[in-house]
Amino acid sequence: MKNQIKSFAILAGFLLFYFLPLESLGFRNPFFEALAMLNIYAREHVIFSLIPAFLIAGAIYQFLDQNAVLKYLGAKTNKVLAYFVASLSGSVLTVCSCTVLPLFSGIYKKGAGLGPAMAFLYSGPAINVLAIILTARVLGWQLGLARALEAIIFSIIIGLCMQFIFLSEEKERQTSGELQFGINKSGSEPRTGLQNILYFISMIGVMVFANWARPQSGDQGLWAIIFQYKWYLAIAFILLLIYFLVSWFKKREIIPWLESSWSFTLQILPLLFMGIFLAGLLLGRPGEEGLIPSRFVSSLVGGNTFSANFFASFIGAFMYFATLTEIPILQGLIGSGMGQGPALALLLAGPALSLPNMLVIRSVVGTKKTFVYVVLVVIMATISGMIYGNIM
Amino acid sequence: MKIEILGMGCPKCKKTTKNAQQAIEELGIEAEIVKVEELDKITAYGVMMTPALVIDGEVKVAGKIPSKQDIMSWIEEKS
Repeated sequence: MKNQIKSFAILAGFLLFYFLPLESLGFRNPFFEALAMLNIYAREHVIFSLIPAFLIAGAIYQFLDQNAVLKYLGAKTNKVLAYFVASLSGSVLTVCSCTVLPLFSGIYKKGAGLGPAMAFLYSGPAINVLAIILTARVLGWQLGLARALEAIIFSIIIGLCMQFIFLSEEKERQTSGELQFGINKSGSEPRTGLQNILYFISMIGVMVFANWARPQSGDQGLWAIIFQYKWYLAIAFILLLIYFLVSWFKKREIIPWLESSWSFTLQILPLLFMGIFLAGLLLGRPGEEGLIPSRFVSSLVGGNTFSANFFASFIGAFMYFATLTEIPILQGLIGSGMGQGPALALLLAGPALSLPNMLVIRSVVGTKKTFVYVVLVVIMATISGMIYGNIM
Repeated sequence: MKIEILGMGCPKCKKTTKNAQQAIEELGIEAEIVKVEELDKITAYGVMMTPALVIDGEVKVAGKIPSKQDIMSWIEEKS
């Protein structure tokens, strides 16, 4: 049977390559666009955005005490506090989507309950550090900021709605049990809290100034002045970072940090490159055509109509996006005519949900709650999109 | 001795399994390594962050990849 499939595949491949319509520009261009997009990303985004971002993610994973955060998501925590922590902790606790689900399940079954669990479930993928950084860099700081703020606000609202809708059930269900924390840190903390904060600030400083965007022509204000000196500022922060590393960090801490950062890179970069290739192939660089004609995209999700926003949210909710791949795809869509409103809607519904994801959520909280959750996300994404589309 | 690795199939869980296998090889002891991938079983242990390693029902670490040396010392504690 396997040999038959192999033979069929070889024959199909041969026929495909034999009949490739290479004379047609409409066929050749998208492939060029795909490579062009990869080229742009490699040159403009990998060195200055992604590498610092992976280093920051690695540092968060290695040096931040996740237990301290988890304590606030336990069963006995003040409920109001639990919601806030749930909506923000996604940025600190998870970088890869595989860690969101066990955390979600734990918070729901043994911790603070349905509301905070759903808030965390939504915010985890939506507000991850890497995604916000790359969104701001590639799609503009407005979308990056909107995405981050909305993710936090949404997650609290969604969490509260879920808790309220299922209040009677939640009252009956007891959450109990000890939350298992990680290895107890033996010995004293190698650094004070303040030192940790300064270390993170230095890394963020490097990233912010290395990425300082070109000001509008003619602009003479503070933004433009900083732009003139951005490399000096970035290098200053790099030197600061090196100083911190040398004075406060032992070698045996630096190696795991670099290893974590590298393992994130290995996990995320290959899929991201595939996403970039696909986005270029299907949609082309901004201003260029891919396999999917722009007028098709504009008619479906252009402008700021209710249907455009709703369509974007709906598709986003079901479609699977590997970490960060929503960004080149969105870049392609916007370049092909998607409106700003629907773009935000897709950003808010896309990474947080997908069909496979929904099935796992269902195994934890059941079909009814999953359904309500999906509906809430789509509604809120649509509304946010429309509001944002009006402002922009 | 039963060693359970809790995780939903991401690279960190695979690395943890590898470290555990190396640990028992080096110590030369008889131990069963089981991968637990079902979410409700993982939650039942109270584990919220994977990967996690459980030896004879006791959670030894959650949320970080344990090194071979860590695993070896836990195994030796048990015997």
